[in-house]
Amino acid sequence: MNDRIDPADRSRRRLLALAAGAGAWLAVRPARAAPDDLAAAIRMYAGGADVRGGGVTLDVPELVDNGNSVPVTVDVDSPMTAADHVAAIAIFNERNPERDVARYTLGPRAGRARVSTRMRLATSQTIVAVARMSDGSYRSHAVDVVVVLAACIEGDV
Amino acid sequence: MSRVAAGARVLALVAATVVLAASPACVQSDARRPGSATMSPQTRAMQRDDAQNPAMLWVADGEALWSRAAGPAGRACADCHGDARASMRGVAARHPAYDEASRRPVDLGQRIAACRQRHQQAGPLAPESHERLALEAYVALQSRGMAVAPPADPRLDAHRERGRALFHQRIGQLDLACAQCHDANAGKRLGGSTIPEAHPTGYPIYRLEWQSAGSLQRRLRGCMGGVRAEVPPYDAPDLVDLALHLASRAAGMIVDAPGVRP
Amino acid sequence: MARAIVNVPATARRGDVIEIRTLIAHPMETGYRVAADGQRVARDLVRRFTCRYNGEVVFAAELFPATAANPYLVFCTVAVDSGTLAFTWEGDRGFAQTETVAIRVT
Repeated sequence: MNDRIDPADRSRRRLLALAAGAGAWLAVRPARAAPDDLAAAIRMYAGGADVRGGGVTLDVPELVDNGNSVPVTVDVDSPMTAADHVAAIAIFNERNPERDVARYTLGPRAGRARVSTRMRLATSQTIVAVARMSDGSYRSHAVDVVVVLAACIEGDV
Repeated sequence: MSRVAAGARVLALVAATVVLAASPACVQSDARRPGSATMSPQTRAMQRDDAQNPAMLWVADGEALWSRAAGPAGRACADCHGDARASMRGVAARHPAYDEASRRPVDLGQRIAACRQRHQQAGPLAPESHERLALEAYVALQSRGMAVAPPADPRLDAHRERGRALFHQRIGQLDLACAQCHDANAGKRLGGSTIPEAHPTGYPIYRLEWQSAGSLQRRLRGCMGGVRAEVPPYDAPDLVDLALHLASRAAGMIVDAPGVRP
Repeated sequence: MARAIVNVPATARRGDVIEIRTLIAHPMETGYRVAADGQRVARDLVRRFTCRYNGEVVFAAELFPATAANPYLVFCTVAVDSGTLAFTWEGDRGFAQTETVAIRVT
């Protein structure tokens, strides 16, 4: 079927789909970021320390209605005492124009290491939550998210 | 169970069905689904919980505007209407309604804007302006949980009929009528989205796509642009007549304003 | 204008972990969007959020363009004393807004 559409038309369709469904926000920068960028951003955040899995739960829908506002919750197992607590939580993404989503500073006064927010997703990609513990160690949890863009072609009218 | 008792039970069921059928609101509300019914659980939660619902930011501003004096008359909405929680109860559910002064149907946003000019002598509240949306959201909230109740005003009949005709008229380069998507194909997918039945129970809505609150007029204009039709300006009679028809289709459904939609 | 909504329990028992939910009106303009006239829309972000409990910072956040418009943020804190919770959002173009909420701890 596809080879009956001439290539120029096909790329025009793709452009329309991009501009319409996603908004110009993601059309400006094509997905040129690679998973390497994500790994590098996390490495920099952890200052080169080992980032292990476990103890962190990143709750994000695996299929979302609209990438403009995606609910995310990060929950970290921790007694949240002066001696043993979560000092910071950061959320990173793979394919938005920038790797950072948000960075939170916590402490024993938080009582519970849980943060919720809403984020933008330019396209389907991996999201990673990283927690910095009070002993200087790092833990993380990654989730792959499929973004279903709104199909109704709506420009500014 | 004896045969007689079973027969009586069947009869009772039939009777109950007949009673239900006699009340159009009951039968229709069984079949009709609001736009929120096909949303993801996350988006539904965003609408259900006021602490999560971004439209409540507009409601909060509307509440503040309600009691703030505006215009040379130095009057606030509250000076005439008192506590909106009582005086505005059900008002959004009854709009669009007939406006004596302009001898036309007006939607809730237009009614608020007109009230502001006529009685407060304040400057016009432009369509989609923050103030108009904020007041509309605050007033609409007062009808939450009530049934959509289009007025049985005969002066609206011709406009309602015109709205119905517009709903079924093919428009734009895609040559599509509202009804082709929202009646004939509602519930099916258009790309990644479920096509809703087009019941305007939640307006003004916070639409994730807009990253903002917006009116039913904005939504209608967006759809018209989507099918590549000529888009009428805000407050055009076409948009209000269409809204009248949509309200009559949704009669008896529950107002869930301010809604959240993808 | 009341452009922020903060939900904090009015009362709590000492030692309870309470949940705080905040919502603020802000476009979170990314700086990557192009307007209809072809011009890039200038970046306009809330950059920082701080929660102070009787003056002491108990939670803070740095926000980036990937945080959705009208930022929503939920976090926890331990109810220690009666007093005031102050929430501050700061951002581009001199954006600064503070909301305060009283809490009674028994």
